Amino acid sequence: MQIYRAHVLVCTGTGCTASDSERVIRELEKQLQEKQLTNEVKVVKTGCFGLCHQGPIMVVYPEGAMYATVKPEDLPEIVEEHLLKGRIVKRLLAGDKTAEDVAKSVENVGFFKRQKRIALRNCGIINPENIDEYIAFDGYKALAKVLTEMKPADVINEIKKSGLRGRGGGGFPTGMKWEFAARARGEKKYVCCNADEGDPGAFMDRSILEGDPHSVIEAMAIAGYAVGADQGYIYVRAEYPIAVKRLRMAIDQAKEYGLLGKNILGTGFNFDLELRLGAGAFVCGEETALLASIEGRRGEPRPRPPFPAVKGLLGQPTLLNNVETYANIPVIILKGAEWFSSIGTEKSKGTKVFAVGGKIHNTGLVEIPMGTTLREVVYEIGGGIPGGKKFKAAQTGGPSGGCIPAAHIDTPIDYDTLTELGSMMGSGGLIVMDEDTCMVDIARFFLEFTVDESCGKCPPCRIGTKRMLEILNRITEGKGEEGDIEKLEKLAKNIKAAALCGLGQTAPNPVLSTLRYFRDEYEAHVRDKRCPAGVCKAMISYVIQADACKSCGVCARNCPVGAIEGERKKGPFVINQDKCIKCGACVEKCPFNAIYKNV
Amino acid sequence: MKSIAELEEIRKKTLEQISMRKDKNGMRVVVGMATCGIAAGARPVMTAFLEELKKRNLHDVQVTMTGCIGVCRLEPIVDVIDTEGNKVTYVKMTPEKARRVVAEHIVNGRICHDLTVGAAEKEK
Repeated sequence: MQIYRAHVLVCTGTGCTASDSERVIRELEKQLQEKQLTNEVKVVKTGCFGLCHQGPIMVVYPEGAMYATVKPEDLPEIVEEHLLKGRIVKRLLAGDKTAEDVAKSVENVGFFKRQKRIALRNCGIINPENIDEYIAFDGYKALAKVLTEMKPADVINEIKKSGLRGRGGGGFPTGMKWEFAARARGEKKYVCCNADEGDPGAFMDRSILEGDPHSVIEAMAIAGYAVGADQGYIYVRAEYPIAVKRLRMAIDQAKEYGLLGKNILGTGFNFDLELRLGAGAFVCGEETALLASIEGRRGEPRPRPPFPAVKGLLGQPTLLNNVETYANIPVIILKGAEWFSSIGTEKSKGTKVFAVGGKIHNTGLVEIPMGTTLREVVYEIGGGIPGGKKFKAAQTGGPSGGCIPAAHIDTPIDYDTLTELGSMMGSGGLIVMDEDTCMVDIARFFLEFTVDESCGKCPPCRIGTKRMLEILNRITEGKGEEGDIEKLEKLAKNIKAAALCGLGQTAPNPVLSTLRYFRDEYEAHVRDKRCPAGVCKAMISYVIQADACKSCGVCARNCPVGAIEGERKKGPFVINQDKCIKCGACVEKCPFNAIYKNV
Repeated sequence: MKSIAELEEIRKKTLEQISMRKDKNGMRVVVGMATCGIAAGARPVMTAFLEELKKRNLHDVQVTMTGCIGVCRLEPIVDVIDTEGNKVTYVKMTPEKARRVVAEHIVNGRICHDLTVGAAEKEK
């Protein structure tokens, strides 16, 4: 067995793969070969570190030095300086490079300081394609403990005591769900995993599956033992090719080791696992639609009750949890319910992974204890808002959620506070918006998404959301009428009350919550035909200031539609408002800042 | 795999290989690998450390490198830092001396006084 003096971990999650980490790895291997270091330095392909906007990410152990935005051209220097001579290349490290004391190790990067990684514990530390590395960090130890030391009822009690709640959306207590499934009677029971992550911008489930697939597999086997199931299914979207590949690999390795299959660890417990690929329909994240899709039927929801725990897959009792929920299970079993419930707030225990995006410096994946405030997420972990702009609101819960305005930035984030504010935890998307964001436009964007994704089974969702979108389109086009806002509210309330499944019931939330906090913006659109943020194109115009114009013609040359008229050096240019498509290209190009946006 | 003992065996075996990504509890061997160190033969010294540590299954000992500390004439220089942070600096190292340091200092806690920087300076 070879001992290496250094391990170089390169992220091969979707984010870093997109920024070409594969090429970085090839170049790294080439450089190591040239310097004859292949017997001393080990290259490990690993999962997501969460700092996706600075990808490709590369971490060198034992120092734990984290390099960001690594380009193939940087590798000769990193290999020569750091791996050969032991001098960290500070210039290329992650984090604030202007700081005097450059963060040399992962733990010191501001982005990670406030995080507590439970669900993401192995992401970016182990090689997800090697089951041995998962086992080394206590993998399958929880399964062994459960099978040899605990009765199914003990397992359920432990989960109940931990206070873990579903991480996929609603936040239902996981232990209770397990208990219902365990109590239900059926010829056969199933354990399923919802990996049909569909909220725009949310990618925590993908990162767990890519970075630590065995944690989900182990948890599902534990769940199988607890509720009395011997068959499991993971429903994962086919648009996650890396996750699917690693899951397949992980299931095969677990089977080979006898950690899945018959008579696991000689205890007589049987559990088998299969993948089912989803075709990317948002509604299939709804539990009854998901189960229908696994059965090979059309992915449409059905009324509940009966809940899947009583009557689920193929009419049998079925336990269905989300990826992140499962990823917490092995740790709870090993460290105990008490430890887990000591983290978080009174009613929301543990941590939550958020996919942070939008107008913020550090976009990426963060795992924080419940009860962390939005301010800490935005300013301490997220590094603040670029361009010195002001924080306006954060959108959580994707198309089912709503906005939290700046006035509530100090609210501790947990399931209940978010619901009180008219938003929801959802799967954990968190989009930060600055003063340049139009809230009506945001609501319209999310509603457009749900209209596209509505399965069409129930009329409130199929027809109602469409009508709402029409009104919103009208408002953002400057054709809003008096009474539109009231109509939106009425429709929203009716859809919420009458829609068949979670998709429809929550679809009006983005509209309701923006109305709650930003009603004045709606009113400005409708009454004054004005978009205060200057986003809605129908309500803005670009104007050239005659006295500032030097008549150079740069704007006219750069206008994609030829809407700017005038002759060089013969007086100011003028924008033809009928032709202008309001792209703003002229503003960017004008060397004299003579063009402004008229809001 | 049919037993928890087997699982435990895999865990231990792999953890030894990858523990550097988690705990940093063991002793550290720091080899000077600037141009002067390399020219004086630091590379075979470091390889000797790695081989010797591997032979003795001393997986929690980290081997890292550092740059030039200014006394190039005494290279290859190796610092051995124990778990309490006490540092011993060995100079003019060779692969043979490296093996001795592993056997005496790292395994048995007996500092090889004749190889230290102090001893070398006294000689003058």
